[in-house]
Formats: sequence, structure tokens, C-alpha cells
Amino acid sequence: MNYNWDWNIFFKSTGIGSEIYLDWFVSGLGWTIAVALMAWIIALLLGSVLGVMRTLPGKVLPAIATAYVELFRNVPLLVQLFMWYFVVPDYLPEPLQIWFKQDLNPATSAYISVVVCLALFTAARVCEQVRTGIQALPRGQSAAALAVGFSIGQTYRHVLLPQAFRIIIPPLTSEFLNIFKNSSVASLIGLMELLAQTKQTAEFSANIFEAFTLATVIYFVLNMSLMTLMSLVEKKVRIPGMMGGAK
Amino acid sequence: MSMIEIKNVSKWYGDFQVLTDCTTDVKKGEVVVVCGPSGSGKSTLIKTVNALEPFQKGDIIVDGISVGDPKTDLPKLRARIGMVFQNFELFPHLSITENLTIAQQRVLGRSKDEAMQKGMHYLDRVGLKAQANKFPGQLSGGQQQRVAIARALAMDPIAMLFDEPTSALDPEMVNEVLDVMVELAHEGMTMMCVTHEMGFARKVANRVIFMDRGAIVEDCEKEEFFGNIDARSERARQFLSKILAH
Repeated sequence: MNYNWDWNIFFKSTGIGSEIYLDWFVSGLGWTIAVALMAWIIALLLGSVLGVMRTLPGKVLPAIATAYVELFRNVPLLVQLFMWYFVVPDYLPEPLQIWFKQDLNPATSAYISVVVCLALFTAARVCEQVRTGIQALPRGQSAAALAVGFSIGQTYRHVLLPQAFRIIIPPLTSEFLNIFKNSSVASLIGLMELLAQTKQTAEFSANIFEAFTLATVIYFVLNMSLMTLMSLVEKKVRIPGMMGGAK
Repeated sequence: MSMIEIKNVSKWYGDFQVLTDCTTDVKKGEVVVVCGPSGSGKSTLIKTVNALEPFQKGDIIVDGISVGDPKTDLPKLRARIGMVFQNFELFPHLSITENLTIAQQRVLGRSKDEAMQKGMHYLDRVGLKAQANKFPGQLSGGQQQRVAIARALAMDPIAMLFDEPTSALDPEMVNEVLDVMVELAHEGMTMMCVTHEMGFARKVANRVIFMDRGAIVEDCEKEEFFGNIDARSERARQFLSKILAH
């Protein structure tokens, strides 16, 4: 193959203002992190609530949580994004609609759509992990918690969830990484995150290979750092004498 | 005075009846041993006393309070009844100290110092003061069960329920747990124990209940139960001959 690699491209001017191509990548990475972190916080909270709901006695609450999970995990992520960005705003009450479509700057409305989309999609997956984490605990644990006089709420808060979350740190980690990778769908509704900036660089400079190589490296390093961070967390909360913890 | 009064309790899982018209009582300071073959409903019966298992018919009165009444504050009632489980069920993510104090603080509203003092007192009584800062997973089964007994006692219970407290233990650890239970019995604790330890029953029980297929078949004084074998039902005689054979 005859291709002239030019790694200096990232330090060359984009022709727009005084920006160099590397600036685009930095700004893209910023948006990627902003989208993923915000969506993750919401997904973790909502997913935990839903996961707990699925394990509660009674019929109504578990059924609501189950319906949620089935809806959000059986529709492709991209379809959900387009729904949130193109369809749902048209059904908002008039003032909200005007605010979303006209008052907000386009980047902000795209940001809101993609955060809502990723948060709700990922919450369904977090829910399932929280549920399995709780169900993996011996049944006697909730019996013992109730027997000492804990309410249902205290039983979850002091006994079940602290154990369940420790068990599910590995699958939660991969969900955490997924949300960073999935955030690239935002490029399809015009949010200039990492992938969108990469495509733009490729088009402006014609250095397609360099642009995508750098994007690959950035995503890879980002996710590897997150993984390292999560395994530190896992080590930190390990219970002595249990689950492979130090004796 | 009856501390625990079980009146005509029946329970079904769907169509399958697990408890049939069970009636008995445990008086204050009395030690009642419940025995019977596996699947006879003894564990289910003892768990109905603190409403860990719901029942569909009859009622249970604990210290004057109805367990079956939907208006009863169950957490409050349960906090007054100590329970010890077959598999210990200490909270593995909490240290021994925290296991002993968390319910005292969160349920009874005791201060940290008070809970700590009480917890340590009972930990010392079961001979495990040196293990206070360890986690449950770092203790042997017998030690964990003794901590579990201390955890229940720290709540100042009016009665203690034991659900096969020694059947998950290695044989060499059974006695250290039984010793604690015997001591408790001698101190006048009201106790209802599901157990196969007939030596324990002989030593400290006031009454022995024998269950089979969800029903109470025998309910009599210890001396009568062990001393007058001929008067026992055939099922009870079979059971006794099997577990007392060696």
C-alpha cells in the first residue's frame, strides 16, 4: 500500500481561526467524557432503583421494572437516540418544545438528547446487574436482617446492597466502559464529540488513517485507565476473608 | 405466663400444606426443643414466630402481641425476638463489632458507645473478645455461630429462636455452640430450639415437640418424651430409634 503517513498533521492549522487539529481532538474528548459521565451517574442511580424494584415482594413494582428493562434493552441504541432527538421533542408541551428547539444552542440540545438516551438505555442493563447481584446473595441474609428488626429499606441499605454492589463491580465496570464507547453515537446527531471530530479531521485534512488511528488510541487509553481505576476500587472495598479477599 | 403462643397455625405453599393446625406454647423461661425428620415443618414453624414465614390460618401471640395481625409493627416485634440461623448469617461485609452494634444503633436507637459496650459484653461472654476487629469470613463456623448468638443477645431479646444452630457445623465445633446455649438456658432465657441434638434436649429442655409432615405429633415434658418411649407415637419412636442408635 502506498500511503504517506504524516503524524505532524495534528499540529497543523485547521484553517479555522488559530486552531490546530489536535485542539479538535481535545475538545471532542471533553464532550465524550461529559456525555458519558453524566449519563453514567443517571444510569447508575436509576438502574439501582429499578434493580431493587425487581427484587421486591409484590407484583406491581417488579412488573414496572421488568417492563422498563424489556423496552429499553430490546430496541437498538441508535433507534432510541433518534427517538429522543427527532421524535420526542415534537411531543413536548409547547413552551418546552420552543425552548428545546429554538432557545437552546444545537450542541446543548444534542447533548441533552444523547445523555437521556444513554442513561435510560444503560439503566436497563445496570438494573439487571443489580438484580442478579441481590439474587446471588444467600436468602438467609435478608431473613437475618429482618430478624434483627430492620425494615425492608434498612435491609437493602445496610445488608443487601453493600454486598450486591461488591459482587457486580466487574460487570458494572464493563458497562461503565460501554457507555464511553456508546457515546460515539452522538456524532450522528451532530454533537462534536471524539468520533465526530475525528471524521471532521479526516475530511478537512484528508489524513484519514492518522485521524482514526489517534481516535483509536484515545478511546483505548481512556478505557484502559477507567478499567485500572475500577480494579483499584474493587481492591479497596474487598471484604477480608471473603470473595478472594485477604485473610 | 406464655411468652409465645401458637394457636391453630396452618400454612400452605400454593396447594401444598406445610403446617397443619399447629398449637403449642412456650412459657417465660422455658426451653422447648422442636425435633422431627427433615421436611416435617420445624424450621417453617419456628420462622412463623417472628413472621419470617407468613401463615394463612390461626395466630401466634408473642408477649401479648399478635404476629398475624396486619397492623402489628413487625420490625419492632422482631427486634425483641432473637434468632439464630443454621448458616449463621452474620453480615459478611461488616466487622464483628459492626455486626454486633448495627441493629442496636439503627433499630433500637442506642448510642454508638452504648451499643459497643453491650456488644463487647456479649462477645466476651461467648469467649470471642479477641476477634472483635475481624470479619465473619475470618472466623470458624463455630465462632461465627457464637457471634451470631451474641448479636441476638445484644438486642436484649425477650425470647430466642434457634433454627438448627449446629447442623452446619463441623462436629468438633458443635459443643462450643451448645455450651453457650446451655448456659443461656440455665440463666432462664426463654428458648425455642429446632435441633437434632438430643443430648442438649435431655440436658436443658423443659419440653420436647416432635413434628411430622407439618403437624405437631408429640408435645410433652422432657422426662415423659425420653423416659416413656412406649407411650410415644410410632413415628416418634422410629425417629428416636434412628437418631439415638449410636
